[in-house]
Order: sequence, then structure tokens, then C-alpha cells
Amino acid sequence: MDRMEIARRGEDAAAAFLERIGMTIEARNWRSASGELDIVARDGDALVFVEVKTRRSERAGTAEEAVSPAKQRRIVRLARAYLSSDAAEHDGHVRFDVVAIRVIADDRALLRHYRAAFEATP
Amino acid sequence: MTQAVVASSTIVGVDAVAVEVQVDVSTGLPAFSIVGLGDTAVLEARDRVRAALRACGFDFPSARVTVNLAPAPIRKHGTGFDLPIALGILAATGQVPRGAADAVAVGELALNGGVRPVPGLLAHAIAADRRGLPLLLSEDALSTVSAVAGVSARPLKTLSTLRAGLPDPRRADTRDANRGTDGPDLAEVHGQPAAKRALEIAAAGGLGVLFVGPPGAGKTMLARRLPGILPPLTAAEAIESAVVHSVAGLDVESLLAGERPFRAPHHTASTAGLVGGGSPPRPGEASLAHNGVLFLDEVPEFSPAALQALRQPLEDGYLTLVRAEGRVRYPARFALVAAMNPCPCGFLGDLVRPCTCPPAAIDRYRTRIGGPLMDRIDMTLRVDRIDPGCLLRQTQDEPSRSVRERVCAARERGRHRECGAPVGAGAALLRACALDAVARRAVERAARVHRLSGRGVTRLLRVARTIADLADAVRVTEEHVLEASCYRAFS
Repeated sequence: MDRMEIARRGEDAAAAFLERIGMTIEARNWRSASGELDIVARDGDALVFVEVKTRRSERAGTAEEAVSPAKQRRIVRLARAYLSSDAAEHDGHVRFDVVAIRVIADDRALLRHYRAAFEATP
Repeated sequence: MTQAVVASSTIVGVDAVAVEVQVDVSTGLPAFSIVGLGDTAVLEARDRVRAALRACGFDFPSARVTVNLAPAPIRKHGTGFDLPIALGILAATGQVPRGAADAVAVGELALNGGVRPVPGLLAHAIAADRRGLPLLLSEDALSTVSAVAGVSARPLKTLSTLRAGLPDPRRADTRDANRGTDGPDLAEVHGQPAAKRALEIAAAGGLGVLFVGPPGAGKTMLARRLPGILPPLTAAEAIESAVVHSVAGLDVESLLAGERPFRAPHHTASTAGLVGGGSPPRPGEASLAHNGVLFLDEVPEFSPAALQALRQPLEDGYLTLVRAEGRVRYPARFALVAAMNPCPCGFLGDLVRPCTCPPAAIDRYRTRIGGPLMDRIDMTLRVDRIDPGCLLRQTQDEPSRSVRERVCAARERGRHRECGAPVGAGAALLRACALDAVARRAVERAARVHRLSGRGVTRLLRVARTIADLADAVRVTEEHVLEASCYRAFS
């Protein structure tokens, strides 16, 4: 499995998990000029932007650590773009979640879900 | 979502200025921002408030939270805004009952939701009382603010308490009227009758003294005993002094018990340390000595700039600092007691040990205090080392208590004569002295012998008037003037 494959399977697992806990997936891999959002979902009346991080080992740090302040700022910027695009008709709550996945075997992984993991605070 | 407004205040000088904490919780990208010219400590409230709310089982809204501290032009310092910000978020999100925010809230939050006291609570309490609002604060500070008579204090141990609304008003148990000061007693100083007399006059007239003498003569010992012979602080004075200490983050218990402050800054003190300053501005030693005694030991060793900065408070009784962020005014009405050696080696004029200083060094040493400051010291006298025999003899010296009685009586006479006003200058002082022809000649002679300036003559008359008050005399006579002129030995 190459890196793209790992990432794709991680996002599949995250999306499946989010649907199981009652969220509806609104978009996946939404792209704009400056990057892409992994998952956009709805949780009740809130719009949730989910960043998925998958790691095979923790040699380079944990998956959670990979969502650095710079990365958070990029996601916030993308979220703003999403909200102002045609894709979204939303003026309610917004939330940023992180799903961290640690692969321990080819068919086994640990998944952690952080609700409201960060904010758009400048 | 909605908005909420919580009253709070911030310290400017020694006053608490009203600040309105406006909280807006709205939809949009989740964010938590604080605007309104707060310093770093104010901005760090974000992390403390978030943790404290969660620790107490409240919801931190995943929404756009904007906090504005109004009026925006005043710079806000410190951690006291934690509590009003948290309360505002709870009120805006409907997590506390209506009315829970109807108070002036001042307090720092611990990460576990505990409410901690902040410096200056006494000033906040006075401001809350003036605004006619209750004060929501840490339970740990209850005994301090209970000294402010009118304030309705609502003590809080943790944020969780707010679930039930604003806590009930409470007052700390009134402390024992422990008005007898337990400070050092004048009876412990053997001999030195002239110096003790000078202290008594200084206490009765609120005058400044300079003791000049060799090391080990007892200058410091004497100075420490001045607060003990001053009348106890009145309730109003105690609050005034306690507010300054509270703003500086110091203990106020002894002041509220009526004990006068005694401040003895080391001679390495900076100008800011002595008269106040820094960012945020803090009161200096001169203000901490308000209504008490400022003792400057080894006064020529102080930096000349720091000493000269004392001229304004000695004249006016307050200090004005002008800084980039504005102008603050600190009260600083204190009795100045200074001590110095007669020369760098300390033994000039000693009866036993010879002085080893070159004359030029002595001149240089003396001029370090500077004429203008010397002119503002009312009494100067020499304190010499006492005979060892006197030190070892079991004599009973007069205790501070009985000296204080005389001081209080003299002050009472002065107040009666001046209808409450302090001994002034010029015509009012001359009228108060009611000199006869003989006394007038004595004043003229003293002025010529000591080459007194106009201010020097005023000081001489003021000392003479105080001596007459101690003697319960209506008029200042030649005898009083002659004694007063003894205390101008170095000018």
C-alpha cells in the first residue's frame, strides 16, 4: 500500500465511522485552488469540517500532532472558501473535528475522534 | 445566539475604573477572541476560561465567541477579567439563571474552575459600592473587602456555584478590634532623650526628621519606633492606605487593624521602586508609606534621581506619574525619617574614634542629598553612640503608649486651632503661632545664624508650633523657638 492508498482508506474508515455516529457526509475531498478538505459533514444543525490523519507508525509523531497550527489555519481558510461557495447553504454552527487513525495491521486500525478540535481564532 | 453584558472594573492608579465586559456568542466559524486593549494576561483568559468552564461541567460553546472590554481606549491589565468573561459566556448561552450576572465580577480562574483573588480587590470593592452593585469575587478575599462598609460581597469558591445564580451576600466576621499595635516599643531604646524628643515632635506635627550619627548609634532603632507613637489610623485612613497596598498586591490585614505602615526601602531602590512606575504602573514605596512612615536609611547612598523624585510627594502629599498610556496619581502623604552617617567612614564628630575621611569626601557625601530635599526635612539632629554603662543599666524608659497619648493630645489641639486644616504656611501659620516680641526676635536670630531660606523659616515656625502644642501652650514663646532651632543643626 502506498501513501495515497493509506490516506484514502483512512478517510473511508473515518467517513463510515462518522455516519455510524449519526452524521451525514456532505462532501468528500472538496477541492479549491489552495488545497482540499477531507470530509464535510452535517451533525444536527452544525456543519462539521473533518480533517483525517492516518499513520502507520508514530516514528514521525502521532497523527494528532500532524494537525499543526499552520495546518489548522489552512483548513480554516478552506472552510471559509467552502462556506462562501455554491456548495454550501449554511448560516448555522460550524465545527472543526479531527479523526486520527493509527494503523496496526493491514485490516486493523485504532480511530480517535476529536470533536471541536480547534477553532478559527486568529 | 445571544449577547450578555457583565460589569467589571480595572485598576488605573489606585482607583478601579468601570469596565463593561460584552460577550457575543454567534454562529459562524468557531473562534474565541477578546478585543478592547487587553494585555497578555487578559488575552490568556481564553485558555483559562475554556478549561474552567469545561472542568465545572459547563458547555464551552462551539461557536463564534467575541468578548469586548469597553471602554476600549483604557488599557486593561491582569487576570481579573477571567470571571466576568466566563460569566458572560454562561449568561449568553443560558447556562446560568437570569440575574446571575447582575454584579461587578472580578476574579482570576484556575483551570479547575476555582476563583482566585486578584490584586486591588479593595479598590474594586469601593468602585462597586459607588456603582451600587454587588461584588462577585473569590471567597478567599472576603475578609479584605468586608472592610469596605457599604459593599455587598458575593463570595464564590468555584464557577459551579453560579449554576444556582448569584451567591448570597456575605460578610467576614468582624475582626477583633486589635488596635493596640504590637510593633517595637520606644522603651527598648536606652538613653537618646534628644532623639526621642525629636521623634515625639515629628509624630505630633507630622514632620520629617533626619538623624545624623555614627554606625550603631540607634538611628534605625529609633525610626522603627515612630509608627508606634503615631495615633492609630482612622477608619478612613486605614482604607486609603490599604487600597494602595491592595493594588500593589500586598497584605492589608495590619493596616485594617489600624497599624500605620512603615516602609524602609533599601538604598539600591530605583526611582520607579521609590515613587512608583513600571508597566503596568505600580505604586512605589512612598505611596505604600501613605499615612505612615517612610524610612530612608543611609540616605546619601540613594540615587540622586530617586531622592529628588520625593520632592513632589513631600510638598503635595501625592505623586503624579505621566506615562505613555496616561497619567496616574498615587497618594503619598508620609512622615519622612532619614538617617545618615556624618561622613563616609561614619565617625566624624565621634567622641572616641577619629574620622579618617578627607574633607573633600565629606563635602561630596553631604551634598548628595541636595539642598532642595534637605530644605524639606523639618528637623535634623545628631544621634551619638551612647555610653555602654547606660546601655547595661536596668532603667525603665518611657513606653510608646504614654508618648502616643501626648502626641494624640497635641494633634487634637492643633486640629482644634486650625478647625481641622493642617498647619499651613504664611499668614495662617504666623497667626497660629501668635508670637510675642521676644519670640519674634528669637526667630529672626535663628534665621540669621542658620541662614534660613523663606521655607526654612516656615519649617522652624512649624516645629515651634508643634512644640508649643505638646506643651499645651496657646502662644509660641521664645523657649519653643529656641528648642525648634536646635533641630536645624546641618542647614
